[in-house]
Amino acid sequence: MKTLNVKQFVKKYAIYLVLLALIIIFSIASPQFLRVSNIVNVVRQASMLGIASVGMIFVMIIGGIDLSVGSVVTFVNIIVAYFMVNMGMNPVLASLVGIGASTLIGFFNGWVVANIKIPPLIVTLATQIIFEGWAYIIAGGMPIFGFPKSFAVLGQGYVGIIPIPVILMVICLIAGSFILNKTFFGRHFYAVGSNAEASELSGVRVKRVHYLAYSLCGFFAGLSGVVMLSRTNSGQVTAGQGFEFDVISALVLGGVSVTGGAGSISCAVAGILIMQILSNGFVLCGISTYLQMVIKGCVLLVAVGFDMLQRMKENTGKKA
Amino acid sequence: MSEVILQLKNITKRFPGVVALNNVSFDVRAGEVHALCGENGAGKSTLIKTCTGAVIPDEGEIVIDGQSFKQMTPQLADKYGIAVIYQELNSVGDLSASENVFLGNEIRRGVLVDKKEMARRSAEVFESLNIKINPYELVKNLTVGYRQMIEIAKAVSHNARVLIMDEPSAPLTNNETENMFALVEQLKKKGVAIVYISHRMPEIFRLSDRITVMRDGQYIQTLHTQETSNEELIKLMVGRELSATFPPRKTMVSEEVLLKAENLAGNGVKNISFELKKGEILGFAGLIGAGRTELAELIFGVKEIESGTLTWKGKEVKFHCPQEAIAAGIVLCPEDRKNQGLCLPMNIRDNISLSSARRLSRFCVLDWKKVDEISNSYKEKLQIKTPGLFQQAKNLSGGNQQKVVLAKGLATSPELVIFDEPTRGIDVGAKYEIYKLLNSLIEEGKTIIMISSEMEELIGMADRIIVLAEGHYGGEIRKEEFSQQLIMEYASKSY
Repeated sequence: MKTLNVKQFVKKYAIYLVLLALIIIFSIASPQFLRVSNIVNVVRQASMLGIASVGMIFVMIIGGIDLSVGSVVTFVNIIVAYFMVNMGMNPVLASLVGIGASTLIGFFNGWVVANIKIPPLIVTLATQIIFEGWAYIIAGGMPIFGFPKSFAVLGQGYVGIIPIPVILMVICLIAGSFILNKTFFGRHFYAVGSNAEASELSGVRVKRVHYLAYSLCGFFAGLSGVVMLSRTNSGQVTAGQGFEFDVISALVLGGVSVTGGAGSISCAVAGILIMQILSNGFVLCGISTYLQMVIKGCVLLVAVGFDMLQRMKENTGKKA
Repeated sequence: MSEVILQLKNITKRFPGVVALNNVSFDVRAGEVHALCGENGAGKSTLIKTCTGAVIPDEGEIVIDGQSFKQMTPQLADKYGIAVIYQELNSVGDLSASENVFLGNEIRRGVLVDKKEMARRSAEVFESLNIKINPYELVKNLTVGYRQMIEIAKAVSHNARVLIMDEPSAPLTNNETENMFALVEQLKKKGVAIVYISHRMPEIFRLSDRITVMRDGQYIQTLHTQETSNEELIKLMVGRELSATFPPRKTMVSEEVLLKAENLAGNGVKNISFELKKGEILGFAGLIGAGRTELAELIFGVKEIESGTLTWKGKEVKFHCPQEAIAAGIVLCPEDRKNQGLCLPMNIRDNISLSSARRLSRFCVLDWKKVDEISNSYKEKLQIKTPGLFQQAKNLSGGNQQKVVLAKGLATSPELVIFDEPTRGIDVGAKYEIYKLLNSLIEEGKTIIMISSEMEELIGMADRIIVLAEGHYGGEIRKEEFSQQLIMEYASKSY
């Protein structure tokens, strides 16, 4: 029995072994990799990805997907910048309005998915392009900068040696984990993801679960966008480009199932770190952006393939 | 005696932890219907999969036409004409009947599909089997019964010599079942060997020539149908004597009206009125499509009531979703356990606590200790056989899955439990346990609506039966008048 548990443990946390292997490889390939400054850098960059992933995990657990995350990040980036610079709004208020808007976008996605039954892939593909376009219109295609000094604290400040974004990410991860594991509606995400009809008949308000999951996704994407804006100190129309890809890849690597019903924050963290270390390590090793894209695409394909094969094996094993 | 076409000799198959088949032998002759019986988990499915190549046996041999094989492959099975009609049909709705018959084996002229020739040839097959289907009809417009016939026709067009039918009557209405029986007789005359798997005793006695009983992966006995009886067969399947088919129960019907429907309509049912008394088991009978499940969905808030009123404990109600019905004290154990009842990949504890999670939490935070307590208490009370609460629901047998669905409902302390086909696909032994559970619920003061397609079951369990026909109220039968003839008479009314 005990050996079985060890085996299960290894299986569950295998992704952490991959993470370890990656760290070893990059530290051999590049002497800078293990420097404290670089590690702090990696973790700080990971925080944006991590915060957005917390939102996406809800959507993926209910069996959906949100492709609009990247453009929501861009949109929030631009509107918060616009509010502060062009309208002179207080940074805190501007951020809250930005996050409120992103939460509404998420709610809209969830509402359409739940009520009009358009596949989430299509709904969020549409909102993706809508809000990317809108961001361009607002910004006129130009970067927006010149924020109040105080705004930079969020993305660039430190508590001791720990960057504030990292602290924010940890808080978000803990909050996400708490919602998923400790609250009754957290369990509903898993139930809806594994069988929506049975959940509805068991008294789960499936539509509301959709609204909540997508709204949370929008909320965390917005928060991530604000942190990014503060870190880069300028509103960019390309801020969130391809961001949804990194988020989805990180979660799938971390064992969140693309078919819904399964996933945990504790494993997702490994996926988030792997994605960020890949980006960082590639840069240190001087691998071109385009080659990075090729490799990252392959990583996602392998991760999803692994998930599917695992599921297939499980099913045939039980049926026989 | 005609020739043996397919013979399995001393087949053994082990899966990690279980011996699924232990030294099982079985044979089937040309022009014979050989029934395969056993409770769920007896090893019938594994045995079939051995014949088709989906399962590779560890020991034993498979003999076809005197040739011996260590294992089958799908290609070999096809070559020797072994075909299976599964419970879940594999037809493609957007293709025509003839295209389905030739699916994967299309007749071509050059690179193009020759639809005319396919239609002609399938018309021939249909004709030879006495099936009345237009070859050009799209399969999605056909009923389940016809779809099944198309699959059988497909097997015949492949020159099937052994046809394995896995619970073929399960999805069919009585009429369709009759047609299927006629088709089986036809095939028999043509010299096809038929392996017939079913839980329904009357069918087995009506169709089969021989019966092989399996239990727990063991071969038990092969009997000639004419020389055995219902009782003997059940005894062999269960391995013990069942004292009675239905457990006795005290009548608890009170005068208090718990639920009252007046001219209820919507979701395909029309103008239905009835009263449900507290402590009663009210049976709903009817043919498939009579609107029983649809009525349950109306009561439970799954679908919207279009007109008429529903009165629950003296107050007029309209539930907008199942959650409101559950909050009021009604639960539904749906017909299709796997798709509507359970979250199969989730564990038993999470399934049991799904409906009650909300009330087991404070400020949205679940009290896991209470969840464990409740799950454990229902596991004990309903005797759910599982190594632990953390088993995934999909690993349980049908009877135990049904108990988990029930436990989930009971955990919300309901007053009314609606059972839709509570014993469908459950083996004889487990059925008896479910009946006992229903009785104990009544004795605890709960009320039950029981929808069933098995008339014996309704007659054995219910206090009163309401029959629906084509979405309408067909009639009510009091306990003193219970009879299958009367139910059928009401059920076949047409509107």
